[in-house]
Amino acid sequence: MSLIVDAIITGILTGAVYALMASGLTLIFGVMELINIGQGILIILGAYLSYILEQYLHIDLFLGLLITMPLLFFLGFLIEVLLIRPIQHDRTVLSILVTFGIALVIEGLLNLIFSANYIQLHAWYVTASFPIGDFYLSYIYVFDFLLAIVLLGGLYLLLYRSKFGRSVRASMQNRTAATLIGIDVERISAITFGIGVALAAAGGMAFGSTNAFNANSSYDLISRLLAIIIFGGMGSLSGALIASVSMLVIENITAVIWSPVWASTIFFILLVVILALRPQGLLGQVEGRAQ
Amino acid sequence: MKITKIASLLLLLAIALAFPLLFPNPAVTGIAVFTLLFAMATTGWNIFSGYSGYIALGQGGYFGLGAYALALLCQGWNVPGGYLPFCLVPLAGLAAALVAIPLGWIALRARRHTFVVITIALFFILQLLAYNLTGLTRGSTGLSLPIPADWSGDFFNIPFYYVTLLALLITIGISWWIRNSKYGLGLLAIRDDEDRASGLGVRTGPFKLSAYIISAFIIGMTGALWAYFVEAIYPATAFDPLFDVAIALMAFLGGLGSLTGPLLGALILEPAQQYFPLQFSQNSYYLIIYGALFLIVILLMPRGIIPTFQVHWRIYQTGNETGGRSPHSVITTSLTKDHKNNMKKSDSA
Repeated sequence: MSLIVDAIITGILTGAVYALMASGLTLIFGVMELINIGQGILIILGAYLSYILEQYLHIDLFLGLLITMPLLFFLGFLIEVLLIRPIQHDRTVLSILVTFGIALVIEGLLNLIFSANYIQLHAWYVTASFPIGDFYLSYIYVFDFLLAIVLLGGLYLLLYRSKFGRSVRASMQNRTAATLIGIDVERISAITFGIGVALAAAGGMAFGSTNAFNANSSYDLISRLLAIIIFGGMGSLSGALIASVSMLVIENITAVIWSPVWASTIFFILLVVILALRPQGLLGQVEGRAQ
Repeated sequence: MKITKIASLLLLLAIALAFPLLFPNPAVTGIAVFTLLFAMATTGWNIFSGYSGYIALGQGGYFGLGAYALALLCQGWNVPGGYLPFCLVPLAGLAAALVAIPLGWIALRARRHTFVVITIALFFILQLLAYNLTGLTRGSTGLSLPIPADWSGDFFNIPFYYVTLLALLITIGISWWIRNSKYGLGLLAIRDDEDRASGLGVRTGPFKLSAYIISAFIIGMTGALWAYFVEAIYPATAFDPLFDVAIALMAFLGGLGSLTGPLLGALILEPAQQYFPLQFSQNSYYLIIYGALFLIVILLMPRGIIPTFQVHWRIYQTGNETGGRSPHSVITTSLTKDHKNNMKKSDSA
């Protein structure tokens, strides 16, 4: 019984981290209607950047985010301006191919620099743990959870309590109308892409401190994140949160009562069932004619 | 015009038939077999995604299914290596098509972006199953196929070359037939405006699903041929996310939705894809170069080679024909020409 409680608690804690990683993806989709396949490798890039800062400059993982997040923000901003804005037609597909091309280049570079060995981020709170009831919980899970809550809360405030957020939501609802009332949608898109990639930096740190990773982990990561955002409804932040927490809880419970091998398969099967009943996901909107 | 076209097609066929005789080096014929396989997969992919405009990025799942189906059939029936496994290839394609029925039904309930993401997710589900159904697939240990013992080193590639060429020709025939039929016209209407197409009486649901299944069948057969060629399959190689994007890129490079575009794309990209890893021992350089090539192609030629070329050709042709006629006839000829071209976009290529 206590194993199941353990599974649920770690599921909720790591679920928030997945929500953080998925929030960037779903935000970019909501505003720009494009799927950033590169999000997986950008998360791994964020993790490697934190690794460099920690290994060579001895900067604490969480403090390091103050450096890695702005860095990845600019990278995202540049990617949008240089590679995604020039796409004129067939945006849906071409943007997927472009972001995939970017992912391949980054993966190649990371493989070249860091080799394919698995690494994990280190800090005192990664190895230390404290007891709750019958089991021990590593500090890092709680810290990552708090980080995810703070950043997701910040994102919520930015989107729903600021002028910039109103422009973003207007662009999410209708690009053309937003342009007509004087919103600079192109600028909003570039900044949103930057924010989405900056969130990948934070997500990468949180992922790298709880999992061993190499550049190849990005495939597993992006498949899970895509599953999360279709489960929750594409473009919906709260949907992403619900989906990632339920994904991790279901996986952990399956791992405890059945077998770890089947853990992620069960979630994917649930995803297929949900899609058969509700093609737009839990909180997504029905896609109709293009505007 | 028609005679030159037929003559050039026959010439191309003759070159394709004579290729292994002209270049008997096994390394070259090996690359040729991979190129034909990819040309077949890309043409099959184009039948659904190119004509209907629904971009499926998970068709690699059916490639893997076809590969595993052939391996399991050969194992279950104790098929010896030789020409017999080739006869089972259509069965393997059928297995992939059967799985495509429910999966296609689920995926096609969504549109545009959501459809793309769902196909990617379905692909990863199939890959996970290949890893986890250890009783059937033996997990990451992989499966091996019967080895044709009496085919010597130099001869080994030859049967694969001709069987794949035959399968490719049949695929092109199917694609050509669909392109020129009422069915294909319905698919193109779905690509241009799905709601209007359904308003005009195109039964969009069955049209899309059947094209999806045909494409899965062809890609499944490609997977089966590939599996027999490489002789040992693993979840990571049979269900390869790079395959999904590679065929999409090939179709895009040549020209999505045209008959010859995907072929041309595969003929250009696959030899490069086979050649690069041979040149660069380290996989990372290959990834960087491939990714960069990818970005350049998409940003410089978003429409693909064949459509870009066709636009120029059309302008050139109308320019030639209009010489010395009255302005009125100029307008009508160019109008009817345009109309014709709209009706069967680019099938003349």
